[in-house]
Amino acid sequence: MTGGEPPRDDAGSGTDPAPGGTSGQTTSGGGGFSSVDSPAESPKGTTGDASAGPEGSEGAQGSDTAGRALAAPTAPDGRRSAGPPVPVTGTERHGMFGQHGSGDTSGYGGLITAPYVPVPAERPYGGWFDDLADRLADAMAARSIPGSAISQVSVEHGEITLAVPREHLVSLLWTLRDDPGLRFELASSISGVDYGIGVPRRLHVVYELTSMTWRRRIRLEVAVDVDDATVPSAVGVYPTADWHEREIWDMFGIVFSGHPGLTRILMPDDWDGHPQRKDYPLGGIPVEYKGAEIPPPDERRRYG
Amino acid sequence: MTRARSTRTTEGRVFTVTGGDWDEMLSEAGFDGGTGRLVDEGFSGTGPDAGASGDEEFAGDGGDDRIIINMGPQHPSTHGVLRLILELEGETVVRARSVIGYLHTGIEKSCEFRTWTQGVTFVTRADYLSPAFNETVYCMTVERLLGLQVPARAEVIRVLLMELTRISSHLVALATGGMELGALTAMTAGFREREEALHLMEYLTGLRMNMAFVRPGGVAQDLPDGALEHIRGFIDVMDSRLPEYDALLTGQPIWKRRMVGVGVLPLEGCMQLGITGPILRSAGLAWDLRKTMPYCGYETYDFDVPVATEADCYARFRLRLEEIHQSLRIMRQTVDRLAEPGPVMVDDPKVAWPAQLSIGGDGMGNSLEYIRRIMGQSMESLIHHFKLVTEGFSVPPGQAYVAIENPRGELGAHLVSGGGTRPLRVHLRDPGFVNLQAMPAMAEGSLIADVVAAVASIDPVMGGVDR
Repeated sequence: MTGGEPPRDDAGSGTDPAPGGTSGQTTSGGGGFSSVDSPAESPKGTTGDASAGPEGSEGAQGSDTAGRALAAPTAPDGRRSAGPPVPVTGTERHGMFGQHGSGDTSGYGGLITAPYVPVPAERPYGGWFDDLADRLADAMAARSIPGSAISQVSVEHGEITLAVPREHLVSLLWTLRDDPGLRFELASSISGVDYGIGVPRRLHVVYELTSMTWRRRIRLEVAVDVDDATVPSAVGVYPTADWHEREIWDMFGIVFSGHPGLTRILMPDDWDGHPQRKDYPLGGIPVEYKGAEIPPPDERRRYG
Repeated sequence: MTRARSTRTTEGRVFTVTGGDWDEMLSEAGFDGGTGRLVDEGFSGTGPDAGASGDEEFAGDGGDDRIIINMGPQHPSTHGVLRLILELEGETVVRARSVIGYLHTGIEKSCEFRTWTQGVTFVTRADYLSPAFNETVYCMTVERLLGLQVPARAEVIRVLLMELTRISSHLVALATGGMELGALTAMTAGFREREEALHLMEYLTGLRMNMAFVRPGGVAQDLPDGALEHIRGFIDVMDSRLPEYDALLTGQPIWKRRMVGVGVLPLEGCMQLGITGPILRSAGLAWDLRKTMPYCGYETYDFDVPVATEADCYARFRLRLEEIHQSLRIMRQTVDRLAEPGPVMVDDPKVAWPAQLSIGGDGMGNSLEYIRRIMGQSMESLIHHFKLVTEGFSVPPGQAYVAIENPRGELGAHLVSGGGTRPLRVHLRDPGFVNLQAMPAMAEGSLIADVVAAVASIDPVMGGVDR
């Protein structure tokens, strides 16, 4: 099975299993996500250490553009902290029946798993991904987009994902759309994801781009905090993003700055809340049949 | 009786019409019902009240009035609960906007509270005219997350069901589109043939629609005995009847005058708006995921992707008709491949339904031998059965996006797993949702009657648009 057991070890050893430990999570998240410049050099096992000095060690590697991943050649001033660590993309899970934080190895407690962090990919990525990375690095250099515009590359299930800080999103989209070697003409799908309460930067916007010329698909991912859920709008680049972004605003409450008319689209205009957030209840009423009462789906006992 | 009220706004005089007061409003606006023209400035109206009211508000002030009308959400020519807001100047549409969400049922959210297998029964109800596609794209994405390879026979069955569904979906597009343009015989003919398709679907899967037949790892069960004869019979029926559509519609002068040059959306517009499917192909780009990014073994089938360059409603109609022929061609090839038996579910006891299904006295269910074994002989099998059926299987954490070509364009599924037995996020990229954004571009500047033709050629299915 592909990617069945991602780097659980480093994140799991973070002594604080509670999702509330924001600082601890951020660190482990940073550990999982060395910046884009580093994958060429840092082997998987050492990613935890790489996070310790994101400025120093990676700066040196970043300037080493010979074996670069997506490092733009214009990163001689060292790796700023501008490339924030991509947050964990998964909730911490506990055992069944409300087991929390015990050292129980009887089975139930053993079900605790650490939040999932996608593995940073290392060059060579394989297939056309390397070709894409080269072209993208060149195009970014030509448009003087800093290498920090891509904070991580991960390759899973034969799909490549670029984690992008939001401030570089639009310029990167322009590059991906217009550069002759890239030509991602079609924004196939833009969807929001809420990774759940307690996950740092839990709201993600996921852009599935398709290149009709090269017949390739890539994914861009932007992560934001609930308190600061703002992402620049892609409507200027891809007009088709209009309704996608309205839907994400409607369902997840992410504001797309620069959108021409960011209104609700599926829910009524006067609706309160954003239904697909994880803290928004599914709702539902118990059903009574022959005297027995069946609770609504979100209040039933969970097995998984 | 309520009367049409008007208010003065910065945009001019705005009438609020609530139904039943249409004549009144027209007379107050200075519209002469006899001549059918907006009468001149200063005319105080021909209606009984208009002149008598003496209200300056109602004095007709000429033909520069724009009327904003709501078409839908309950209107027979809006393809379901779609609401169009049209700003009219006379009969010309100046601005058009669509309002959706009336059929939002929270399918994506509901999926997060069910197992991965149960998700199939939700997504199949999204675009209710092409359920096989929803199921397949969802299952393909789950399989990608699981790293599974589906048995060949299961893929052939999926292709068969998808092409059958494409035919029935296109038939509904022709039928309802024809009805909306006044070609009622197109409607009766389209639904007659769709009935054949649904009968076959019922024979193959047990249900006419929303079959939930495709499951992660394969399909629910093998096709019944005699399936191949039924499929061949269906193909013969369709082959004999499809020429009727050509005879009835393709060359028909009224049909052509309603469609040719109407709802034009050239390639630039399609690309900007992310349009896929027959609309894109009617603008000249032969983009069909079955050919360009093959899946389910489509690269091994022999079929053509029809393309047109007129980019109008008539071209889309002709493409849909031709695609039905091509789908029949693919179905014929699946029949040959289905002659060979084989497994239809992946050989992985962690994913596949643990029991062999068979027909008992009370219908389809776990076979008696199986029940006997897990109840009497193997405690572990019983536990396994219970766990897999109630808890479901876990999917390793991560995300995946798979797209297939459904009758309306690119149908994508973006699934995120947190590692549990339930999805963290299910998102369907429905082509109807995206393509409907093209409605203003097609409709603005045209007559109101052409809006109907344009919407019919987009062929949105509100279940998929609103999810």
